[in-house]
Amino acid sequence: MTLLAVSDLTKRYRRGGKTIAAVDGVSFAVEPGETLALAGPSGSGKSTIARLVLRLIEPDAGNIQFEGDDFLTLNGAALRARRAHLQMVFQDPLAAFNPRATVARVLDDPLRIHAIASRAERPARIAALLERVGLTADLAPRAIHEISGGQRQRVAIARAIATNPSLIVLDEAVSALDVSVRGQILELLLDLQARERIAYLFISHDLGVVRAIAHRVVLLDAGRIAESGDARAVIDAPQSAIGKALVAAAPRLNRSSRQVP
Amino acid sequence: MSPLNRLLRRPEAVAGAFILAVLFAMALSASLLFPSDPQAIAGPALLPSFQDWSLPLGTDRLGRDVLAELFHGARTSLAVGLAAATAALFIGAVVGTLAGFAGGLVDEVLMRITDAFQTVPSFLLALAFVSVVGPSLGIVVAAIALGAWTGPARVARAEVLSIRERDYVAGARVIGMHPMAIAFREVLPNALPPVLALSSVIVAAAILTEAALSFLGLGDPNRVTWGGMIAEGRTVLRTAPFLSIVPGIALVLTVLGIYLAGEGVVETTAVRRSLS
Repeated sequence: MTLLAVSDLTKRYRRGGKTIAAVDGVSFAVEPGETLALAGPSGSGKSTIARLVLRLIEPDAGNIQFEGDDFLTLNGAALRARRAHLQMVFQDPLAAFNPRATVARVLDDPLRIHAIASRAERPARIAALLERVGLTADLAPRAIHEISGGQRQRVAIARAIATNPSLIVLDEAVSALDVSVRGQILELLLDLQARERIAYLFISHDLGVVRAIAHRVVLLDAGRIAESGDARAVIDAPQSAIGKALVAAAPRLNRSSRQVP
Repeated sequence: MSPLNRLLRRPEAVAGAFILAVLFAMALSASLLFPSDPQAIAGPALLPSFQDWSLPLGTDRLGRDVLAELFHGARTSLAVGLAAATAALFIGAVVGTLAGFAGGLVDEVLMRITDAFQTVPSFLLALAFVSVVGPSLGIVVAAIALGAWTGPARVARAEVLSIRERDYVAGARVIGMHPMAIAFREVLPNALPPVLALSSVIVAAAILTEAALSFLGLGDPNRVTWGGMIAEGRTVLRTAPFLSIVPGIALVLTVLGIYLAGEGVVETTAVRRSLS
């Protein structure tokens, strides 16, 4: 069964009397346990798609099927309950947390809201979550702003997996991290996927990272799909103009892919 | 350097804190130093100040001890000022957060109500409210809060409008938090600092409004208030001006102290925030 099926998704913004389509008739599907990357230059609508899929904003047209149900008709308590299966990791791990929060509180919230663990069980659950993302339990009482950027992004991943989701949307989740930390976080994501069969909707402008983590890729340009297919095949031999431009701009690809006309 | 040390480096903050400390000491010690009813007759009427050392500030028209009245009046002023400001900040923060976070129709309705309250002069509103409902300490507090919550509501709403677009609010929605929990657990605490910066102005204004209400005879008749003392002394202003001057000075010093201390706290926290 397809996990997430998006069809003809459209979101328009009105600016100064003109209507601009940020996302224009985009369709794609994510299967359980796979990683689909949405890549494209800035302004191509990839982050808007992330927010649409998470129902943080509402689309003007189109359909989103999640776990076989029409995700767009869910509302109120039913939507909040289903959110346990569909999580997100943000680009800036500092902005993604309440500035007053501690690590423990950040991880306590999803466990409490979705009644995953009782009050007495939660400290042990929080410690287990921290260990699953490669952190130690003694980090729990620390404030979010006291820990490093890499640790913060691990906490963000821990929060996302706290509710045992089937899909995590990663919106430029490694873009704000420095290169060595980025590699560790990508490894952690691959490891979690291998162990728990979580699907990722991986949003990035960096084709090097996409090639390393994604099974399939959708290249976006100005709100439309320019090209899609197997990640390695598309990145090694892009057919669309925007694909060629993105590959040419990527600094960390190997020589052979750069020589492709 | 600790925030307290930084606060104590500002002379105006020290002066304000000193006045406030004296005021609190007066309010707290009132029933210890003057255990009898301050409205009871203590000596001959209209005894001038510094004549009889058992009644250092003299007595009023009815022979009541002015010093005892001053101490007990500090209680009323502080109680009314703090209670009214707390109520105003609470109402303002809740209304502003709901308006800013919900947006749309809720925002429109709440902000038009705020406009309505803001267009009526707050003193007139308090006057009308107390005259209709009747003077008692709780009603006076409610009347003052009724005219003072609009400022905090506007500041809170403006702050919430910017906070609700932050990623951590989206993050709270993604984990399935209820919108009310997001508004009051995630957004409101982070919107509070600029709202709390208004508190010194509101406390000072509340104390002045209470004094003005008492001066007009709309204070709680069972409590000594500085405004009431000034009104009492007004009738004998030519022969015994100290009866109005003493509580008048107390009122001026109190409002000045609250402003100075509040200003000092706001300044030092602003410095701390710009340093971090």
